[in-house]
Amino acid sequence: MNAAASSALLAVLIAAPVTGALIAFLLPVRLRATAGILTAAATTAATAATAWRVAADGAHRHALGGWGAPLGIDLYADGLSCVFLLMTGIVGLFVSVYAKPFFAQPEENKGATELFWPLWLILWASLNGMFLSADLFNLYVMLEVMGLSAVALAVLSGRPPALVAGLRYLLAAIAGSMAYLMGVAMIYGAVSALDLQIVAAGIEQGRSFRVAFSLILVGLLVKTAVFPLHFWLPGAHSTAQAPVSAILSALVVKASFYLILRLWVDVFDGSVTVAAGQALGALGAAAIIWGSYQALRQRRLKLMVAHSTVGQIGYMFLLFPLITVVYQDVAEAPWLAHAWTGGVYQAIAHGFAKAAMFLAVGVFAMAVGSDDRDSTVGLVGQLPMTTFALALAGVSLIGLPPSGGFVAKWMLLKAAFTSGQWWWAPVILLGSFLTAGYVFMVLRQAFAPTSHKIKLKPVPRTMEVTALVLGAAAIIIGFRAEEFLLLLDVEAAFQEPVEPHRANDR
Amino acid sequence: MTLNESLPLIIVASSLVPGLIIFFLAEHQATARTILNMFGAVLKMALILAVYYGILRGNEYEFRYDIGVDLEFVLRVDLLSLLFAILSSILWLVTTVYAIGYLEGSPFRRRFFGFFSICVTASTGIALSGNIVTFFIFYEFLTLATYPLVVHRGTEKALQAGRTYLWYTIGGGTVLFVGVVWLFVLGGSMEFDRTGVLAGLAEDHSRQLRILFWVLIAGLGVKAALVPLHGWLPIAMVAPAPVSALLHAVAVVKAGAFGIVRLVYDVYGIELADALGLLTPLAVIATVTIIYGSMRALAQDDLKRRLAYSTVSQLSYIALGTAIVGVTASTGALAHLVHQGVMKITLFFCAGNIAETLGVHKVSELNGVGRRMPVTMAAFTIAAFGMIGLPPVAGFVSKWYLGLGALEVGSAWIVAVLLASSALNASYFLPIVYAAWFREPDGEWKTYRTARYLETPWMLLGPTVATAVLSLAIGLFAVTQWSPLEMARQIAEELYSK
Amino acid sequence: MIAEIESHQIYAGTAGILFCLGLAGLFMCGHFLKKIIATKILGTSVFLLLVSLANRNQMEFADPVPHAMVITGIVVAVSASAFALALARRIWKETGRSTFEDNP
Repeated sequence: MNAAASSALLAVLIAAPVTGALIAFLLPVRLRATAGILTAAATTAATAATAWRVAADGAHRHALGGWGAPLGIDLYADGLSCVFLLMTGIVGLFVSVYAKPFFAQPEENKGATELFWPLWLILWASLNGMFLSADLFNLYVMLEVMGLSAVALAVLSGRPPALVAGLRYLLAAIAGSMAYLMGVAMIYGAVSALDLQIVAAGIEQGRSFRVAFSLILVGLLVKTAVFPLHFWLPGAHSTAQAPVSAILSALVVKASFYLILRLWVDVFDGSVTVAAGQALGALGAAAIIWGSYQALRQRRLKLMVAHSTVGQIGYMFLLFPLITVVYQDVAEAPWLAHAWTGGVYQAIAHGFAKAAMFLAVGVFAMAVGSDDRDSTVGLVGQLPMTTFALALAGVSLIGLPPSGGFVAKWMLLKAAFTSGQWWWAPVILLGSFLTAGYVFMVLRQAFAPTSHKIKLKPVPRTMEVTALVLGAAAIIIGFRAEEFLLLLDVEAAFQEPVEPHRANDR
Repeated sequence: MTLNESLPLIIVASSLVPGLIIFFLAEHQATARTILNMFGAVLKMALILAVYYGILRGNEYEFRYDIGVDLEFVLRVDLLSLLFAILSSILWLVTTVYAIGYLEGSPFRRRFFGFFSICVTASTGIALSGNIVTFFIFYEFLTLATYPLVVHRGTEKALQAGRTYLWYTIGGGTVLFVGVVWLFVLGGSMEFDRTGVLAGLAEDHSRQLRILFWVLIAGLGVKAALVPLHGWLPIAMVAPAPVSALLHAVAVVKAGAFGIVRLVYDVYGIELADALGLLTPLAVIATVTIIYGSMRALAQDDLKRRLAYSTVSQLSYIALGTAIVGVTASTGALAHLVHQGVMKITLFFCAGNIAETLGVHKVSELNGVGRRMPVTMAAFTIAAFGMIGLPPVAGFVSKWYLGLGALEVGSAWIVAVLLASSALNASYFLPIVYAAWFREPDGEWKTYRTARYLETPWMLLGPTVATAVLSLAIGLFAVTQWSPLEMARQIAEELYSK
Repeated sequence: MIAEIESHQIYAGTAGILFCLGLAGLFMCGHFLKKIIATKILGTSVFLLLVSLANRNQMEFADPVPHAMVITGIVVAVSASAFALALARRIWKETGRSTFEDNP
């Protein structure tokens, strides 16, 4: 494959799901699921091909329409983008497979669920767009497309609680994008460019930039649902239908996290301060404790899993204080690679585990007819595969070995110790402890004896299997960090570490 | 990959694979399940013995797998790991037979045997771990795999016990996690065959090393049931008898004790640990546990709980022996690792037999049981004598070496503790033995299980007799070449000749 | 002093004030409609800034890129508001609620 063709793959990653969405929209309702799954498979295949090319040849850049920056819009894929793209591809594919039988159930197929496939594929396109865009304004458009389609998916069932939570989500999303766009406007006013590379090159340290970046940051923090800006998440993620919850929790919040990370290390690395890094870390720490504690208190499973997302997102933000430090030479900060890997691994492992968990809870809820924590009593005998999927996902969330979550927490903890920022260690561990609390609370219920034989509604086998596959994926990535790290290394930002502006720190 | 590289992995897999297959069998396919289980157990034992033979001839067995960055998964066979691996594989074989008989006709056997095999996988993994990360991985894996077994009966009491068990072990695991990462930051991957890494840091970081040691002991101490971290063990006795026998007398608690041995001998190195002044406090903790466990055992009327407290007490002999410098004491500690396992599993088998056959769970109801179940009670008597430390049963040998070792370094107080503990052991075991043989039964025995010629089905009786004979044999033939004591001596001598 | 303030700076200042007003409205108003209007004010403030930026260097002709951004932004904002209005209306029809508080 020549260079032009393989860089055109980047455009395919966005074009394929959009095309699929249009086709699905035009097809009669009964054919949509098939079209959707085919599109999902094609997109995932294209994602894998892209990752393969990037791993082999290094980062790719593609000028849409041949214009090129600064006039045109560029797509750019390096190791970091590919890791997120791959996670989206794999989770997306399995959620799609799960969604087909899910929406075929009469009690789930209410409201406007026939719109699931077009909306989900549009959302997928915007996610891929987020991971690939190298242009601040294009990123804004992708953020908006993502937000609108995500909210639309969340309210598909048309049930009032979902509608209310959806509106709250939408308003938060709009406010977030507006803050982001305000920041972008200020940057454009100063450097007259939108392309990330050009902006990064033109950035000087200065007050206006810090205000602009703060606005962008706050906007994205709202979308990532970082404590205390997480208020919209538990409602929206728990009232959506199971496949949608999985998509929202596993993928959508990761896209804005990715963007924060990308901007932090590649664009604004001259403007960020140690204090800002510590502040983000503190928000993450508060999120870990608050989210996990709230999850422990919930009686409804879906609410529990949604709160758990708030806590798990917190772990990703511990990355920022660890990579934002003052030093002269990279050799003085050997933990950068660990911190970097830990944070990104956490995002990926959480993606798999949380998708598995929402799908498994969806199976429970479908079988029992309620997602109350007590209604899962004794299910292990009747739904062993799903209980197992839930357990695997739980193991990764807690961070027990061997799992992706373990590798992530190991790296973060190690980076915390090596960098001397030991104060993150108790937070990481307390979070694990609380997580163990709620995960085992569910498992305990599932293992409890039942006095009466509950009549369960049969659940399609495919749904059980897909949940298990994703749960297993969260474990398996704990065994093979090597390839992942090689991919992440392509044009890795930690090789040119974040060197914060020092004047304000002392 | 050569055979020598892959053998450690195959040993671990020999119980994992049957365990996983069992999950996919149907509940009623008991024969297939039995065959799989026995096949795995025999294969594992054969492989381990083969490796032992190879080690004696100077072969090396090491499996390495790079997870990423600096996480490395290493399985390596050395004599110490073999000691633990041989113990757990032999006892797994015996317990599997026992469990098949014990659980006959009860529900959810598929789940039971599946997780049971996985537990053995974890404990073999702990035995063969070549570095601290691998050890930690299997250590946590063991926690997860035992939970379903503790709550197996699904009663409210079992679930309650499961919850307590989890809080303790997850808490311990969390603390251990901190310790392991900290250790990693200080000294790298901590391969167990390379001691002395930390010795180089002793000058600059002695305070850190001291704190770190106690963090690690706190993590390991939960499974090793050191007072005050022992609370889960008596409560976890609600599990079915084979679980109590293998896991709470051998696999789980030994994982903790084995961890302490590794920590002192192969991570810190005994000289460094001594130089940092860590050993005396460790010995004190062990002593307190020994005495406290025995005192509590005295007060228990429930037979399994009495045995559980006895485990708490007996286990700490290992930690105690580890904390005394010298070949003799180390030999005693390591030999006790094996001896205690064999004797305690016998006692649990007996308790299981009595409970299953006669429905008796309480010490006060054991009057005259020796006439109804002579073989079981004979086995019980042998093992109890061993626990007390009467010759020629195995327990005597390890206590003797511990006492000698203590005298060698001039710690007479330890000998006093050993004597006191033996007296306590005698006072909670001898009344049982006396009542069983010499008291009149209180009334007619109820019978829940029958066998044509034997006092109880052979699948329950056979393993009991086998382990009782074994605990007698390893005591009687302690000085021969193939005894655990001899193996322990080799390990200890190697340790001090480094 | 006042003469030195250039026109686009006035616009920029106004945009800043509008942004704060919009944000405050979004948080402080209870009614769905008011909240949606607050997001419109928020959007308007950003578009105002962008439009004023087009003339920031007193060039002979305006910079077209901000205009393009504003047009795109308006399209997005219109659809977002339409969606929010539809949701609010649906909620009102289904439950009679017009605020996030549990007791309408």
